[in-house]
Amino acid sequence: MELAERGGLDYLVFECLAERTIALAQQAKRRDPESGFDPFLEARMRAVLPLAARHRFRIISNMGAANALGAARRTAAIAADLGVHLKVAAVCGDDVLDEVLAGDYRFEETQMPVRELADRIISANAYLGVEAICAALRTGADVVLTGRAADPALFMAPLVHEFDWALDDWQRLGQGTVVGHLLECAGQITGGYFADPGYKEVPDLARLGFPIGVVDADGGLVVTKVPGSGGRVTAATCKEQLLYEIHDPRRYYQPDVVADFSEVRIEEAGADRVRVTGGRGAPRTGTLKVSVGYADGYVGEGQISYGGPGAVERARLAIDIVRERLELTGVRMSEARFDLIGLDSLHGSRPSRQAADPYEVRVRVTGRTDSLAEAARIGNEVETLYTNGPAGGGGVSRHARDIVAVQSVLVPRDLVRTSVSTVEA
Amino acid sequence: MKLREIAHSRTGDKGDTSNISLIAYDAQHYPLLVRQVTAERVKAHFSELVRGDVTRYELPAIGALNFVLQRALGGGVTRSLALDAHGKSLSSALLDLEVADPDSSPRPR
Repeated sequence: MELAERGGLDYLVFECLAERTIALAQQAKRRDPESGFDPFLEARMRAVLPLAARHRFRIISNMGAANALGAARRTAAIAADLGVHLKVAAVCGDDVLDEVLAGDYRFEETQMPVRELADRIISANAYLGVEAICAALRTGADVVLTGRAADPALFMAPLVHEFDWALDDWQRLGQGTVVGHLLECAGQITGGYFADPGYKEVPDLARLGFPIGVVDADGGLVVTKVPGSGGRVTAATCKEQLLYEIHDPRRYYQPDVVADFSEVRIEEAGADRVRVTGGRGAPRTGTLKVSVGYADGYVGEGQISYGGPGAVERARLAIDIVRERLELTGVRMSEARFDLIGLDSLHGSRPSRQAADPYEVRVRVTGRTDSLAEAARIGNEVETLYTNGPAGGGGVSRHARDIVAVQSVLVPRDLVRTSVSTVEA
Repeated sequence: MKLREIAHSRTGDKGDTSNISLIAYDAQHYPLLVRQVTAERVKAHFSELVRGDVTRYELPAIGALNFVLQRALGGGVTRSLALDAHGKSLSSALLDLEVADPDSSPRPR
């Protein structure tokens, strides 16, 4: 809100879509055709639409999830309700479920044919680039809502639109990708996810300011934030974010360009002002990435804590008991983990081998099953430790849930047909 | 000396692949990172967790290395049974790595 009120913005971008969110949204839409978009859309739009109208900035967001058109209609209704007159555009066409099921594709990482999972597949959504978003901006829409789009494209679309960048201007699109990549995780570049007391200090994290990108016609970026907000913008915060979720920095594959981050320059240009230039690019590929969501069985989990002298020994005994009980009672798990939180749950057992035993430790048992009932039995066996396990175990928690997993495939670009619809309030 | 004294780090995830950046606080320590923090050392450091290859990318313009660890996230973030399914805490494990003190190595003038 601080950003919307005092940021002096031309565009406000909300990037809200995690990897599997769209599959969950697709399931929700099947239950209720009017749903399937971000559940926080209502609250966010109610808060921000009056500010957008007053300060005359446009909004771009992937809050459309599995139902961009539904999200656009809802947003228009909220605007009407607030007495704000504006145009809302929905970008559609990322849903390629039918096309992917009809084709002969393999998952990128595992090389498994998509067909083998056909009856368990929930969603398949292509990562769209800037073209469709720019088409939506050209309609004069004040709010543009998309489903799946490449996160950087949400930020690069206004640059292409305002500065009239050609869609084969690979150098500018490369630098535009740098802009989008740096801004897409919001507070992660303004000091969020950065603090390490004694090494990396960040002031006032509870009031973390979100980033503002000031971009020139060549894509040159200054990252800053609203004066007086919490956090900090430094060369170090920008470097961490530049490499976040990047593999080969010379080849960052995007729908619009293959971006090259290897020559990016990052220079501090004042307090909470960092200048970022030097992103380059090479021609885009003929394929688009598609995220496929599918039902992936069930996971059950149980946890229990031990403290005081002998805590680790009692926790290890608890694990032995649960392991044997799960075998005795015939709970079939295709994969299982037995962790001691406080000792070996994050980085394996090696780092803690030389360390002193912790005062308290938490047992975590988790496993993958073919049914929800079996998944629930894992937590039940942990709870049973209250009466049948080692002394002094406390604080049991347990859950069992179905899993929606995501894998990606590459599809030919021309398989994806996008369209824009507008709704006026 | 631990890496934490001269560098900072952030982890990212995509599917079953983790990437861990390693960024020198001071550009003069970048050559030391290049010399001492090899892909082989990182692979050995994470041998309990990483089943695939470790590749290192160099970014001299910002004094940083980027390590890409394949088959490192228990089959993928969305299906991993790990407590930290994203592997977000791996950056801190990398900073635990021992390196020779930069003060004992010749510094550029």
